[in-house]
Amino acid sequence: MAYVVPKESYNGKVLSVDFGKGDKALVIGGENCLPFLSFEGELPNRPVIACEIQDMAPEDWPDTVKNEYKSVSSDPVTWAKYCQNELKAKAIALRLVSTHPDRENRSAEDAAKTIKDVLSAIDIPLIILGSNHIEKDASVLVAAAEAASGSNCVIGKAQEGNYKTIVAAALAHNHKLIAMSELDINLAKQLNILITQMGFDKEKLITDPMCSALGYGLEYTYSVMERIRLAGLFQNDATMQPPILGDVGMYVWKVKETVASESDVPEWGRLEERGIAWEAMTATAMIISGTNLLIMRHPKAIEIVEKTVAELF
Amino acid sequence: MIIIGEKISVIAKKVREAMNSRDPKPIQELAEVQWKAGAHFIDVNTGPAEEKGEELMKWMVESIQEKVHAPLCLDTTNASALEAGLKAHNNQWGRPLINSTSNDPERFIMLELAAKYNSNIIALTVGKGGLPADAEERCGLAAEIMARAAEFGVPLENIFLDPLILQVCTTQDQAMHSIKAIKMFQELNDPPMKTVVGLSNISNGVPKNMRGLIDRVYLTLLMYEGLTAAIMNPLDKELMDTMKTTDVFLGKTLYAHSYLEM
Repeated sequence: MAYVVPKESYNGKVLSVDFGKGDKALVIGGENCLPFLSFEGELPNRPVIACEIQDMAPEDWPDTVKNEYKSVSSDPVTWAKYCQNELKAKAIALRLVSTHPDRENRSAEDAAKTIKDVLSAIDIPLIILGSNHIEKDASVLVAAAEAASGSNCVIGKAQEGNYKTIVAAALAHNHKLIAMSELDINLAKQLNILITQMGFDKEKLITDPMCSALGYGLEYTYSVMERIRLAGLFQNDATMQPPILGDVGMYVWKVKETVASESDVPEWGRLEERGIAWEAMTATAMIISGTNLLIMRHPKAIEIVEKTVAELF
Repeated sequence: MIIIGEKISVIAKKVREAMNSRDPKPIQELAEVQWKAGAHFIDVNTGPAEEKGEELMKWMVESIQEKVHAPLCLDTTNASALEAGLKAHNNQWGRPLINSTSNDPERFIMLELAAKYNSNIIALTVGKGGLPADAEERCGLAAEIMARAAEFGVPLENIFLDPLILQVCTTQDQAMHSIKAIKMFQELNDPPMKTVVGLSNISNGVPKNMRGLIDRVYLTLLMYEGLTAAIMNPLDKELMDTMKTTDVFLGKTLYAHSYLEM
């Protein structure tokens, strides 16, 4: 008897989420099988990589990645245009770090102006991220959502402590929303339930179960993401079917493997190569665990991961 | 777990009156609330329906599916009424479920209908004679029905084996025999046979205020042994909460603080 490849059958499907406008708009999710297992189901959309920019010069980034944007990073509009026009980024993730009380503590109004300026300069989809300060994000993201009204952005991150106001803003201005919890699948599910109970459509949600860098808890992230996929696909758990976000860059570009100089650790090889490899490896693990949207920093790392995706697809 | 909503039954006065006067509203409402409460199938029990049985069943199926987009469980001993229901059934939301056949030759006609309409079917593990004494006897009857189903061309995955739940207040030892049968039924085939029970039979004859508790605890034990489906009351919130909680323990639902609300 001829050998028959055993196939899993799935009961559920990852939800499709679109963002952006016009012919540059993107769709993520929609698969009804585990990542890249195209012989078992349909994978209508490839994972998307968004290029991360900030609303202030990234003084805290290590040189390897900071130097890539040296000539453009003092102004978010220039930086955004560079990513779109020179790097051919498919999407941009703008992190409003300057609004953090421990950084420049800039106002929600300032953030809104930045959003408007960036949006008028690009036509690729925009992901708008707060500074990860629970209270401040609540006001900043509300202003940002309003400023971006009609642009079908992704905004985030809504967390347990601030989701109500951010959900209301995303709802009012018709944006997609990132729901973030801290490496706990049960809390990820709970937050998605609470958000949808506010009347927010689960088809507009993206789950961020919290990322981590290779060597710094990546296996926890991987496991949570994989279990989210299994719950959505096998148990047909509707609350666990939104696409998954991997916010890779911010976790990678601070670990010692991407920072330590060649003179300090000559046996680790070239610093630049090391950093790029670290981000690419972390991101590759994410897409294999089921991530649909990645936020990354180094253009070369993005290129490597995009090539991997193209080969796996 | 598959929930078959039991509320539309000729035994209920309100339903019987609506049936007799062909008033669709009370029946549609009862179907809708059960569906919204989580029922996957709506049981349509028209009893023996000897007079105008075909017309009644057709009317019931069409009236209910006008409002509820779910498959129905057609529950009558009148085979020609049942066939009328199968013909009227809209399979867009899933295939219907025949309730029921057994090892009694008089009920083989139901297997014929299941084959003809590619329907699911409940098979009660009883024969012409008395009630089965234990789990082993139930399995013997199940095997005979499965063989008979094969003759009629009913695929085994369309069959839900029902061990026949008896009331705990008069036949206490049967409660465990039925639970054991649920476990053993699954071993009769690979992939495992599907199973179903008429849950509230367990608490028949018990004082009314204790019925809910008895149903809940019994359901948990049945689910632990792998029960596929239950004919039960989806409007009983405590029963539904017990089911959801059992699914959490069995790893079939991912825990979240609000799991009861899902």
